[in-house]
Amino acid sequence: MIGIIDYKAGNLTSVARALHYLGVPCEVTDNPEILDSCDRIIFPGVGAAGEAMINLRSKGLDQRLRDWVASGKPTLGICLGTQVIFERSEENDAVCLGIVPGSVQRFPGDLKDRGGRFLKIPHMGWNQVEFPRAHPVFKDLPSGAEFYFVHSYYPAPADERWGIGWTDYGLRFCAAIAHENLVAVQFHPEKSGAPGLQILANFCRWGGQDAQ
Amino acid sequence: MLSKRIIPCLDVRDGKLTKGIKFKGNIDIGDPVEAAREYYEQGADEIVFYDITASSDARNIMLDVVRRVAETIFIPFSVGGGIRSVEDMRAVILAGAEKISVNSEAVKNPALIEEGAKAFGNQCVVLGMDVKKVAIRPEIPSGYEIVIHGGRIFTGRDALQWAKEGESRGAGEICLNSIDADGTQEGYEIELTRLVSSQVRIPVIASGGAGKPEHLLDVLNEGQADAALIASIVHYRTHTIQDLKTYLTGHGVKVRMQW
Repeated sequence: MIGIIDYKAGNLTSVARALHYLGVPCEVTDNPEILDSCDRIIFPGVGAAGEAMINLRSKGLDQRLRDWVASGKPTLGICLGTQVIFERSEENDAVCLGIVPGSVQRFPGDLKDRGGRFLKIPHMGWNQVEFPRAHPVFKDLPSGAEFYFVHSYYPAPADERWGIGWTDYGLRFCAAIAHENLVAVQFHPEKSGAPGLQILANFCRWGGQDAQ
Repeated sequence: MLSKRIIPCLDVRDGKLTKGIKFKGNIDIGDPVEAAREYYEQGADEIVFYDITASSDARNIMLDVVRRVAETIFIPFSVGGGIRSVEDMRAVILAGAEKISVNSEAVKNPALIEEGAKAFGNQCVVLGMDVKKVAIRPEIPSGYEIVIHGGRIFTGRDALQWAKEGESRGAGEICLNSIDADGTQEGYEIELTRLVSSQVRIPVIASGGAGKPEHLLDVLNEGQADAALIASIVHYRTHTIQDLKTYLTGHGVKVRMQW
């Protein structure tokens, strides 16, 4: 059973729908005991970091999340869920969970494309993610696969070795993180067509080891 | 580098797909869930649904369509038409849509944009704008006026100013529809699209007028649109989305080719 953490951060049903389509049992819940009993955790969400942290703390889910990651449970962060596992976010100047060393930063307002035009913020739409090294959760993806993004802040891990997927939007940013039993993506695999569903299916079969 | 998006638009009435030509003479051309599945498989980057149903009991039919679409396709989709309150937005989002589009309702009650953005995030709120070219006058300095109710009512609002106001109120995206071009299949309103897209910092979807692949190329390049809405060109099987994307790729436009 996969536990999808419900912390009032947007509509979490799309991740559950994608898992249903893949035939994987899951439950969307804020109940720590039920989540404890799940063998894997998905931590999704859209919205603002500050409010997300308030909701997590009010339910005691902040410490639980740290415990689950520390215990070796395979855990997948998505979008806001990925941002909140960092030490802090420039969004609302929020102190976050501190599971990943580093911070979440706002795309600069004067970001330009190669033609010199200002880039739109949010970074909204489909973009490529380059995976320089292999990982079981990111295997069997077509080369040049694109994923759906919608965000104004991007993850900046203090140690680049935590980054496993990189994307170019005026600057090169970390779109996917992998460390031991933790993987986290800034894009939405549940809204990225077949390549996104492949990542979710890979995660559902993954034992939590980074090594090949 | 971000890809330009190709977005089929499905008009839905009483749970059935229609396509209006200049907002008149709508004809039924099928099941919206099946159409969504077909476009998903053809490589659509997103899908837009407009509910053109008026009666309130038919709104539940639309929510059922949204739920079935959400179980069938795994790309973003938005729903617009008749959304008057945060509660209307919530129902559509809980049914599985990523984004809600507000149009006439936002003109009448601009606070709806802020309320939606606050409740669901800016990325959820698309400001739909129906625009007609008019003579330049003091209250319409751009020469483009916002019209509502399918183009029947002129509002006295300038399109460019309204786009900027929508952005500052928290819209995450603009869907810019030219009433003059809509349904003609003679090309997008390039000048309008470039004017708005170059002066707001949120993505702009160009809408109205796509009849040939060249029209998409023009609006994405010269018009500086971030995305192109299409309807008749694919609904009547003149082209598939894959054809259009192959053409655009061949002309140097970055679009998503793997799905």
